[in-house]
Amino acid sequence: MTKPGNGAVDLACEFLGIRSPNPFWLASAPPTDKAYNVNRAFEAGWGGVVWKTLGEDPPIVNVSGPRYGAIHSNDRRVIGFNNVELITDRPLATNLAEIRQVKRDWPDRALVVSVMLPMNREAWAKYVPMIEDTGADALELNFGCPHGMSERGMGSAVGQVPDYIRQAAEWCKAVARIPVIVKLTPNVTSILPPAKAAKDGGADAVSLINTVNSIMRVDYDTLTMYPSTDGMGSHGGYCGPAVKPIALHMVAEIARHEDTAGLPISGIGGVTDWRDAVDFLALGASNVQVCTAAMVYGFKIIDDLRSGLSHFLRDKGMTKVSDLVGRAVPSVTDWQYLNLNYVVKARIDQDLCIQCGRCHIACEDASHQAITHTVNGERRFEVIDAECVGCNLCVSVCPVPDCITMVQLTTGTDPRTGKPIDDRKSDWTTHPNNPLRRCPP
Amino acid sequence: MGARNPDIAPGRLPAAQVERNFADLHPPLSKSEALIAADRCYFCYAAPCTAACPTGIDIPRFIQSIRSGDLEGAAVAILSENVMGGMCARVCPTEVLCEQACVRNAHEEKPVDIGLLQRHATDPFLASGKQLFPRAPATGHRVAVVGGGPAGLSCAHRLAMLGHSVTVYSRDDRLGGLNEYGIAAYKTVDDFAQREVEWILGIGGIEVKTGVALGRDLSLAQLCRGYDAVFLAVGLAGVNRLGLEHEELPGVVDAVQFIAGLRQAPDRSAIPVGRHVVVIGGGMTAIDVAVQCRRLGSEEVTIVYRRGREQMGASEFEQQLAQTDGVRIRHWARPVRLVGTEHVTRIEFEGTRPGSDGRLEGTGETFALAADVVFKAIGQEMDWEGLGATSAVLEIADGRIRVDADRKTSLDNVWAGGDCVAGGKDLTVTAVQDGKLAAESIDRWLRSGRAS
Repeated sequence: MTKPGNGAVDLACEFLGIRSPNPFWLASAPPTDKAYNVNRAFEAGWGGVVWKTLGEDPPIVNVSGPRYGAIHSNDRRVIGFNNVELITDRPLATNLAEIRQVKRDWPDRALVVSVMLPMNREAWAKYVPMIEDTGADALELNFGCPHGMSERGMGSAVGQVPDYIRQAAEWCKAVARIPVIVKLTPNVTSILPPAKAAKDGGADAVSLINTVNSIMRVDYDTLTMYPSTDGMGSHGGYCGPAVKPIALHMVAEIARHEDTAGLPISGIGGVTDWRDAVDFLALGASNVQVCTAAMVYGFKIIDDLRSGLSHFLRDKGMTKVSDLVGRAVPSVTDWQYLNLNYVVKARIDQDLCIQCGRCHIACEDASHQAITHTVNGERRFEVIDAECVGCNLCVSVCPVPDCITMVQLTTGTDPRTGKPIDDRKSDWTTHPNNPLRRCPP
Repeated sequence: MGARNPDIAPGRLPAAQVERNFADLHPPLSKSEALIAADRCYFCYAAPCTAACPTGIDIPRFIQSIRSGDLEGAAVAILSENVMGGMCARVCPTEVLCEQACVRNAHEEKPVDIGLLQRHATDPFLASGKQLFPRAPATGHRVAVVGGGPAGLSCAHRLAMLGHSVTVYSRDDRLGGLNEYGIAAYKTVDDFAQREVEWILGIGGIEVKTGVALGRDLSLAQLCRGYDAVFLAVGLAGVNRLGLEHEELPGVVDAVQFIAGLRQAPDRSAIPVGRHVVVIGGGMTAIDVAVQCRRLGSEEVTIVYRRGREQMGASEFEQQLAQTDGVRIRHWARPVRLVGTEHVTRIEFEGTRPGSDGRLEGTGETFALAADVVFKAIGQEMDWEGLGATSAVLEIADGRIRVDADRKTSLDNVWAGGDCVAGGKDLTVTAVQDGKLAAESIDRWLRSGRAS
């Protein structure tokens, strides 16, 4: 465990009154299945853990075939990851005893216990007090897992029905004295009704996202689903860096909508380095949970998460994690409010350009034919302002950082439209082409 | 300096050491290495590497196939443009061709490993012998190819692919030309040149006649009568002379001959090498002979070149390879006297500098190097004498055969390519391109009905 650099910001923070030395918790998952792993995580410096989901006794059983599959880059970086592992398969008493001991040994760390129970009041009334008795800091209700348990009416089967979420949250809150976090599934058309239901049911916070329904691929030899158990496969939950944008959108939706704004959020989904954490925090999460990165690289990644975030906060002149929380939320809006008078053009820095031509071919084949490949007989890539719509495709495909930038036109005429640049904001809601336009103010 | 017995002996190094010294210069990429290397390719538009390849291999396209795991697609993309893509992956001076053009150089000064990737894609098919190209229906046309080197084999393969039947005449016992007889052994290990020849012939429709030399055993006129078209790829059989007295002294050796002997030797540690070796020249051959002598145990090997580092025909990489192997390179000096009575013992040089007209002039300063062996590596030339009447009927340019852009000679039914034509670069890859272009031109000509 390395210490951050000079003047680095102390990352200690609170979530629902639960203190932890940093905002990085391990999500409820295999890395938090037992005391052995959790002790190692705390030794490495993690701020908290959400213990792997407990259920009723007798425990479930897992397949003995493969539980995980991955999408790799060519150098075998894991980009996306999926699993068919169920909740804990260890006896409840074993888990409870270990949780009690770990909390006693690590009083400064957050220890939240994930729980998944059937839709009946008795189950909640029976198990919640047993968990609370361990000294755990909070409960996280797993309404998210999309595989296996959902077939038994739990996990995402609850999370996909707002009424069930509210009902279960109420049952839990009726007996719980510690805070209750509801973990949401992304396998819904809108995250807002489930989040609102959690709030209405009395939940103190939401955490999201759980994993996304997925099939990784087929086996190219056998032409069966891959990975398979004895020739058969079942959809699993998708996670890792690939799902982060889905998670960020859902976090921001909850943070910016009237009905749910202010509900504390624990952000989950593809956090691998500290910049991912900045994304979640700035878009409204108060802390983040990590699973895939720890499963792929081990607990040591906490070093980069901590030092990177700490240096970032310092460089931004912030003194605590909460200074960052929600900072980007006001910048998230509906498409209809985007300023249609804002005009940008791509600019290619010819000194940085390595002449790969990818901007040209992307624009030529897939966009607006706005980048040359030859100028005066020489291989040269230049933007044709009269064609450039400012779409950012060239910036996205250019392999050289900062070689292509989008520059705003603030005066004169847009060569593409022939219209003068108007510095007044104007959006779709008042646009003449909009049959449902409002009168301009 | 008194007379000295030449110190030329085999076994200067233990056999096992020699084996190690002659192992693959660039070991092949593992599957993981290939995927990582392939991932570095940016898939450029109108890729500069492709433009820099004399055979025009669509490099981003084949690398994309490596990335996706379709090695056959990669191999087809390579071998359809360059049937000797396997050998070229080993011997091409990629640092001045495709890899020099790679845009990664501008980004991070390290190009994509195009040569090694090309080898990765082609090796499996050369190893298994699996044929990747079908033959077109037989046309009934017959074409003679003279010379079994890269140009001849490339032409023969493409003609066979296009449905013609081909006879290859080779002076040498084994096909492959300089691939077989003229390249440093550590660049093409495990008899790769022969495996490649076998794969090329595996397409079918190619008859091979070895031990037959144009000018000695048959004439161009005979070939023109007996075949619908002729492709000449006779290479450069003559070696340039130093033009010094005592040039016939034992110990003054053609580098090409020595390299050929080394390539054919069953046991390299049994090859006698000099203790003090001097190599005259500045091209790939000079480097190949110098490095191989060091790797056989020569104590002191010096390359002497009459001009500077930049003018050397050997690439920067080759020069560095030689120096890493302990070869000393002396620039700006030319040999003026070979010394010895029964065997060469010493060679004297005069310093040189560029004169006002750009031609070399002597500085008057001299030095001498002890030499048990002096290798001549100052280039090769056409052996017009050996070719007999051929020279009388063909137009010549710069001492070689004049051809047009289609590699057609001044004769109506004769094409030529490889080192024997004027204006070439004397590389395997350009020879392959010559053969390919000639074959396509011959095919068009035959199908146009102009053949009588």
